[in-house]
Amino acid sequence: MNSLVQLSAEGAGEHRTLIITLFSVFVAATLGVTVWAGRRTKDATDFYAGGRSFTGFQNGLAISGDYMSAASFLGIAGLIALSGYDGFLYSIGFLVAWLIALLLVAEPLRNSGRFTMGDVLAYRMRQRPVRTAAGTSTIVVSIFYLLAQMVGAGALVALLLGVTGDVGKNLIVVLVGVVMILYVTIGGMKGTTWVQMIKACLLIVGTLLITVLVLHKFNWNISTLLGAAAENSGKGASFLEPGLKYGVSTTSKIDFISLGLALVLGTAGLPHILIRFYTVPSAKVARKSVNWAIGIIGVFYLMTIALGFGAAALLSNKEITDSDAAGNTAAPLLAQEIGGGADSAGGATLLALISAVAFATILAVVAGLTLASSSSFAHDIYANVIRKGQAKEKEEVAAARLAAVAIGAVAIVLGIFAGKLNVAFLVALAFAVAASANLPTLLYSLFWKRFNTQGSLWSIYGGLFSSVFLVFFSPVVSGSPNAMFSGVDFQWFPLSNPGLISIPLGFLLGWLGSILSKDEDKDGKKFAELEVRSLTGTGAH
Amino acid sequence: MVTLPQGASSDPPSERPDFLEVQQSAEFGELRRAQRSFAFPVTVAFIIWYFLYVLLSNYAGDFMGTKVLGNLNIAFVFGIAQFVTTFVIAWWYSRHAEAKLDDRAEAIKKRLEGGA
Repeated sequence: MNSLVQLSAEGAGEHRTLIITLFSVFVAATLGVTVWAGRRTKDATDFYAGGRSFTGFQNGLAISGDYMSAASFLGIAGLIALSGYDGFLYSIGFLVAWLIALLLVAEPLRNSGRFTMGDVLAYRMRQRPVRTAAGTSTIVVSIFYLLAQMVGAGALVALLLGVTGDVGKNLIVVLVGVVMILYVTIGGMKGTTWVQMIKACLLIVGTLLITVLVLHKFNWNISTLLGAAAENSGKGASFLEPGLKYGVSTTSKIDFISLGLALVLGTAGLPHILIRFYTVPSAKVARKSVNWAIGIIGVFYLMTIALGFGAAALLSNKEITDSDAAGNTAAPLLAQEIGGGADSAGGATLLALISAVAFATILAVVAGLTLASSSSFAHDIYANVIRKGQAKEKEEVAAARLAAVAIGAVAIVLGIFAGKLNVAFLVALAFAVAASANLPTLLYSLFWKRFNTQGSLWSIYGGLFSSVFLVFFSPVVSGSPNAMFSGVDFQWFPLSNPGLISIPLGFLLGWLGSILSKDEDKDGKKFAELEVRSLTGTGAH
Repeated sequence: MVTLPQGASSDPPSERPDFLEVQQSAEFGELRRAQRSFAFPVTVAFIIWYFLYVLLSNYAGDFMGTKVLGNLNIAFVFGIAQFVTTFVIAWWYSRHAEAKLDDRAEAIKKRLEGGA
């Protein structure tokens, strides 16, 4: 039994009623917005790119809402609460990574593509094979990420609501899946963007409130807060130094370098992030939106420091791990504590508020992932591979809506079947695939004239398969107590994160595949076109 | 207007500019140099800066644990510095782009689209 469940039993389910009310209000309000946005969704540009009508600030908010998953909100706060400094260390890679998107990717992508990552990857290449590869990689990355969120959502929301048993968890997974399908099919990119903006505001306000309360409790003295956290954690000064989690062995140190590499290079290759750059009128606005996102995401991660160390200072280690061994409920528990404790109205209110924010976070992120994968299926695979560019716009959008339903259904089923498995590693894997398969291909396409179709295929498939292959034989899948399949052992690859091998491999294969096949662009015409368009926005959609 | 090669665009068909000629023009060369001479070195620099931080955290725990102010140690200062440099680079690049890239890009775009 965990403490939240016990609390809900003792507190006559007061906070549970409040949580359910807040959840319902959020779902009703966002579905309302979705229907409103759906009425304004007429053509493919509306559906895929929200009519390219959002401002830099709006898109910056939506990017933040798309990016800050439950893993960052609850996961990082929990990691800091349990492992101290290393949780903070982990969060930094997620922020620094945005500079690659800002400096190298956002503007050229916005200038030269229309709806998907595949638009840019296939620009100079033979359409069908490269579109197929780009679509495959987009869908794999998004589904991995989606699955981790769905399973996490089931467990987390069940915990927050005090629901026990599989039926309750499965119902939550179904509910999350159905709402996300409605957002995407009815509202398209417009609806999804608004949901993400609303979520980002709720997340910032919720986190800010708890941060202010925590800092106030420690007289706005960060040193006092850190000292109290170190003492209460029972680990002393080492709680404030790197090493408690990532520094325990030589392997864990190398593993963290591998993870850091995937985080920094993966963000600018995540398809659900990339398609957000198409929702603004120009590359200049895309740049502004990344700047807003960097500001919002940065401030958010700074606040998670207060949340994490606040939880470590005010809650006992046992309270945190009893509720959830990975620390995912540290932030909600902290909210309850800082509001006045379990039996107070303030505690129940803040717990409900933070739980509702977590729920909103999950819904906004899964909607973004479903949209990215269904867009890529419809635009890259259906329209350009199956129909060879002959599909009418209406058919393409209909295919995207159907794909969203299918992907949502698959996510629900997998989410239910994987409910008992530890699939948290899928988020890191999604970043690794994005960094190994998508980023090399994107950068070579934009900046290297000699890059060709074979190079694209080698880097996409090479990066994709090597990441998945290495993770399959890593300790996160088998051969360790926390593995996905803990009962068997076919593990031989020592690292949990494949990036250290698969990212250089993706870059190497892209180069090798190109120089080992003929130059498809001898006169340089295609590269000249892409280069001029990507830098100037000539002919941009 | 220029259409996408896959012909999926709704733009009206018109004469395509000679992109090779534009690419080799001095005007475009300046724009490309202004973009790359900023973006490439800064990217390399911030990646090295980030991994310096990761490596120090991994292998120089004693150094990182040195207290600077109250309970704040070098590790925290280093971590916060990563936030600061990220914010500063984002601001610096935007300033650079507004001063050196946007007008040049707009001029070429206008000429190409206006002429077609």
